[in-house]
Amino acid sequence: MRRLVEGSEAIADAALAAGCRFFAGYPMTPFTELLESFAAKLPAAGGACVNAESELEAIGMAWGAAATGARAATGSTGQGLALMQESLSELTRAELPLVVFNLARGQGDYFQATRGGGHGDYRLIVLAPIDVTEAVVLTQEAFYLADQWRNPVLVIGDYLLAHTAEAVAVHALEFGALPAKSWAADGGGGGRGRPRHVSSLGTTPGSKGIDPERAWQALAAKHERIAAAEARFEAEGVEDADLLVVAFGSLARFARHAVRELRAEGARVGFFRPITLWPFPSVALAAAAARVRRVAVLEQNAGQMIDDVRLAVLGAAPVVGIGGISTDPSGFGIGRLLDPENVRGRIAGALR
Amino acid sequence: MSERVAERTGEFLPRLQLSPDHDLCPGCGEPLVLRLILELIDELGLAERAIGVVGIGCYTALAPLIDLDVIQALHGRAPSLATGAKRMRPESLLFTLQGDGDMVNEGLQEVIHTAARGENVTCILLNNGVFGETGGHMTATTVLGQRTKNTLEGRDAARHGHPIRMCELIAPLGGATYVARGSVHDAAAVSKTRRMLRRAFESQLAGEGFSLVEVLTMCPTGWFVPTKEGPGYLNGVLGAVHGVGELKREGKLLAR
Repeated sequence: MRRLVEGSEAIADAALAAGCRFFAGYPMTPFTELLESFAAKLPAAGGACVNAESELEAIGMAWGAAATGARAATGSTGQGLALMQESLSELTRAELPLVVFNLARGQGDYFQATRGGGHGDYRLIVLAPIDVTEAVVLTQEAFYLADQWRNPVLVIGDYLLAHTAEAVAVHALEFGALPAKSWAADGGGGGRGRPRHVSSLGTTPGSKGIDPERAWQALAAKHERIAAAEARFEAEGVEDADLLVVAFGSLARFARHAVRELRAEGARVGFFRPITLWPFPSVALAAAAARVRRVAVLEQNAGQMIDDVRLAVLGAAPVVGIGGISTDPSGFGIGRLLDPENVRGRIAGALR
Repeated sequence: MSERVAERTGEFLPRLQLSPDHDLCPGCGEPLVLRLILELIDELGLAERAIGVVGIGCYTALAPLIDLDVIQALHGRAPSLATGAKRMRPESLLFTLQGDGDMVNEGLQEVIHTAARGENVTCILLNNGVFGETGGHMTATTVLGQRTKNTLEGRDAARHGHPIRMCELIAPLGGATYVARGSVHDAAAVSKTRRMLRRAFESQLAGEGFSLVEVLTMCPTGWFVPTKEGPGYLNGVLGAVHGVGELKREGKLLAR
């Protein structure tokens, strides 16, 4: 049965349906209600939600839970994610599945999500749902991808995703079989000469010293496989388009609406939405942009995803930014850009 | 003067230690504590339900020797990892292994909150009053007057502040149930430390809450003293500030 729920609650429901049994977080708008939802729902599901003393500890707790083999998650707003960066890169090197939510203030965290601020070579799989309905699916898929690839997965949304109520029904989704977590340090592995050590350091139980080069090369090779396998996107009306509009997340919902309106009026405009921000769907975008006159990037920041768009299009068409910084005195990243008429006007302007 | 090499006194290796081979310095106290932990876990029959969370310091090099499930933490973060692991595996014996740089400098907030929450885990602090791995630099537990590479004239309260005494900080917290400081400077101290670790583990197994065992360990390399003077320096200099003894048992502060 469908229920009218805010994105925060729907995401928590989806995480529980996916088997998430641990969450830790620290309140921060607009992420706070996700923490509230986990705190309310996890104990009844046999799980635990810990109110951490800061985001540093929140991700540490989720790391410990994930290392025992449990499905675990944490999250915050971009500022809190900034504090988590060291752990995110180290977790990736420890090959731990963890799901992390960034319910951000606008779209200014694209670089943080896709480049990161952590040390060394690492990549997060980044999923950017367009609405609550898709967030319910992608949240569950995030847990699956994290386990499949033994890599942290970041789900990025914003104030609108967190606080828009949509009618959704949350059911457990099947994504396929996964291997048993024989690597998990659940406490049962001692005393037989084959303990499970969950480490980022390139160590081998029983041997002294570390071999980081071997471990890091293997990680880089894994990230190449993820890049080849997991890029996702949505495209509409690209076959005859003169102008291709590229947008992600909540703002893409405005862009898609405006593109549909303009196409209905005869304009030759197409829509392309990366669903995975990493791996970025470069091959598909290059194909979609092969015959257009112009590519317009609509994002709610000073120009971040536009770098990835340019790298994908590689000069086949001029790439322009039609978004920009847009917020209001709340600082939560709402602002005048999140307005159908405004978005339509910017796309129509790029058509000329 | 001829170099004297320490005589190997035996081949005995704890059952839960995978190899005797490590790169820690001669005279280091940390391998002694690892031995105590592994022997106790074996004695208590907990090898198949124990999880160690190891921080970053010299002792990190001991982690691969441990025949138990181990989670490697970032510097300072072990108590949080232990929290998440224990919540998911409440039947396990959960211990952290951290140095003074790790627990008292980088991660002080973590251990305080973990204790206050009453997490049912045992944090083990290896306190040698110095960053050994970087080559002998001041930590938060370095005692006044102690020479390190960044307190060349000795730690001076006016310039470098005062040492933090970890057990005294943690013991008053409501969630802490067992808090004790031992040492490994001689056989009697080792034996007392072993008893403290046992009490901490038993407290955790009884579900009483957070336990902290601080162990003073020798670091002659980081103190710039001859190896054989390590135990005396530990007991005389560090032990004079970080006093050995039990501070809290079964949730009750003890008179000292």
